[in-house]
Amino acid sequence: MAGIRIQSVTKRFGSTQVLRGVSLDVAAGEFVALVGPSGCGKTTLMRIVAGIEQADGGAIDIGGRDVTRLRPGDRDVAMVFQSYALYPHLTVAENIRVPLALRRLNAWQRLPAIGGLLPGAADANHLMEQDVRRAAEALGLRALLDRRPAQLSGGQRQRVALARAIVRRPKAFLMDEPLSNLDASLRVQTRREIVDIHRQSGAATLYVTHDQSEALTMADRVAVMQGGELLQVATPEAIYADPQDLRVATFIGSPRINTLPAETGADGMVRVAGHPVGLWGARPGPLTLAIRPEDLVPAGTGLPAVAEAVEFLGESLLLHARHEATRTKLVLRLPPEARAELPAPGAAFHLQFDTTRALLFGPEGRRVGVSALSGEAAFV
Amino acid sequence: MSDAALTQALPRPARLALGETATAWLLSAPAIIAYLLMLLLPTLATIALAFTDFELGATGFAWIGLDNFAEMLSDRGFMTSLRNTIIYVGLVTPGSIAGALALALLIEAGTRGRTFFRAVFFLPVVSLTVAMAAAWQYLLHPSIGPLNAMLRVAGLGAPEWLSSSSTVLLSLAAIGIWENLGFNLVLFLAGLTAIPRELYAAAEVDGARHAWQRFRLVTWPMLGPTTLFVLTITMIRAVRVFDTVAVLTQGGPNKASQVLLYTMYEEGFTYFRLGYSAAITLVFLAIVLAMMWLQTKVLDKRVHYG
Repeated sequence: MAGIRIQSVTKRFGSTQVLRGVSLDVAAGEFVALVGPSGCGKTTLMRIVAGIEQADGGAIDIGGRDVTRLRPGDRDVAMVFQSYALYPHLTVAENIRVPLALRRLNAWQRLPAIGGLLPGAADANHLMEQDVRRAAEALGLRALLDRRPAQLSGGQRQRVALARAIVRRPKAFLMDEPLSNLDASLRVQTRREIVDIHRQSGAATLYVTHDQSEALTMADRVAVMQGGELLQVATPEAIYADPQDLRVATFIGSPRINTLPAETGADGMVRVAGHPVGLWGARPGPLTLAIRPEDLVPAGTGLPAVAEAVEFLGESLLLHARHEATRTKLVLRLPPEARAELPAPGAAFHLQFDTTRALLFGPEGRRVGVSALSGEAAFV
Repeated sequence: MSDAALTQALPRPARLALGETATAWLLSAPAIIAYLLMLLLPTLATIALAFTDFELGATGFAWIGLDNFAEMLSDRGFMTSLRNTIIYVGLVTPGSIAGALALALLIEAGTRGRTFFRAVFFLPVVSLTVAMAAAWQYLLHPSIGPLNAMLRVAGLGAPEWLSSSSTVLLSLAAIGIWENLGFNLVLFLAGLTAIPRELYAAAEVDGARHAWQRFRLVTWPMLGPTTLFVLTITMIRAVRVFDTVAVLTQGGPNKASQVLLYTMYEEGFTYFRLGYSAAITLVFLAIVLAMMWLQTKVLDKRVHYG
């Protein structure tokens, strides 16, 4: 259970508060994706964990050891950078060997040519050779060991960066958007490989990304960050189906979740533009009703809407519509067979949704309890 | 309606092509003429002169083949100046490169005063060498110079910096280092800025704890192209040394500071032996070209990690 432990870390750059007391635990063997829009502080948090930046307040534990004041090289972490950060003058094998050589050899043994002749160097070099070979094989780099980074494709460079990270078996992996420079098909393939590497290593992995699909597909838990604070940390399923904050609900999911301004009346009924939607709220006041695109369906009765356009995606299609009374754009995800019965652009139709899957958020964006068709109201 | 008029006004394709060619020649004519008059012709004239015994004011000249070059081999003055130039380049090049790199690293590592220090060290580059040489003459003066005044206070004796044959070349080299340092410094600072910060972060995470380890792993290899350029430029600038010698020592004492270009100048404009002087110029040209060849053909492959 000795993984990464981040305790109320704060950081300020000039007058900008980048991190506002972030706490997060990543257990050994666990894969946590830190996701958020650019500028939310996720990369800064990762650099603080690595030791490249210093936190203004808070503490970092790695492998059960307080590393807050330690240099990056002493923290037993490996990091994969967005730009890969390979040493361009070294071959693939030499790149992978760097973290080993810096740890296992002393200054004299590292000297070119004569260093290998010193006592102990031959054995150490032999062991390192084996480790480099093993890491290279795990990533299918065997044929490329003598190449320089400039002679490699983006995907191959990415693998070299990963091999350099796994070669010394660290307690924690830090990955800073490692897939964002790859093309789409390679990205999907490399996702699985990174997860496999993580499983085999048994290390704690903190994975920073702005791509929610990466976070949802790869991680054991997803931490959603915005404005320098964590909004919710939960499994991908819970983050998607049970978001506790409107910002989490709107950030996760593509297309974006539909949001409609709503209101709980004195009688407890939730209405959208005066139209009851079959939900009861706890106390009277304004609300936001959020419904995933796949939970909305066209129907004969329900919320009145106007169809705008249809997008065919292959496995599904998107119907763009408009709720006239609140001037809100809506998106419906429908099975492709539904195409024949869809309302024509410009035509009025009605919308229905499964009330058990609707989400209600209070005026501050906090999730509030829903009771569907029960007459009872409750806060969660 | 204006379409028809436009079509008629346009020249036919053949005329258009001819007009374009003529315009191209016309536009590049100033550059071509300048190149021919200022560079190509003088160079060709020098090459031609190098194989004659032409002297300024003489009524005629004779083609003497390689006699000028043969004379150089037995000319004590020329051989001394060649040897002195090599020593001078051998001192100034490593001195000004190592010094500039060290200063650039210090300035880059510091948080404040970057612009100030850059300006201070660049000053010698933009100032007139002849004027600066006069200042050095005063600084290094055996009896009234501040340097010797300090040495006397420290009880270290008072060397005759510029008038003793054992120290004159060293003193000139020191001035040469001071002169080239700022230029190299600015180049190194530019090279340092171009190194991706993430490489340093990666080196730290990989376990490079000491500044020296990060220098060896990141800075030095990434500065390769810059260092090579600085090396070539500095060597060429050092081979060209002339003004400090002309102002401070005139090649003396006893030819101890005689350098290639000063010998060329003396032969050509003191003794008016333009043929011989041209031959020395050719030797100088050959050295510079050899350095440039060395850069492009040999070293370039080792600093670009393609």
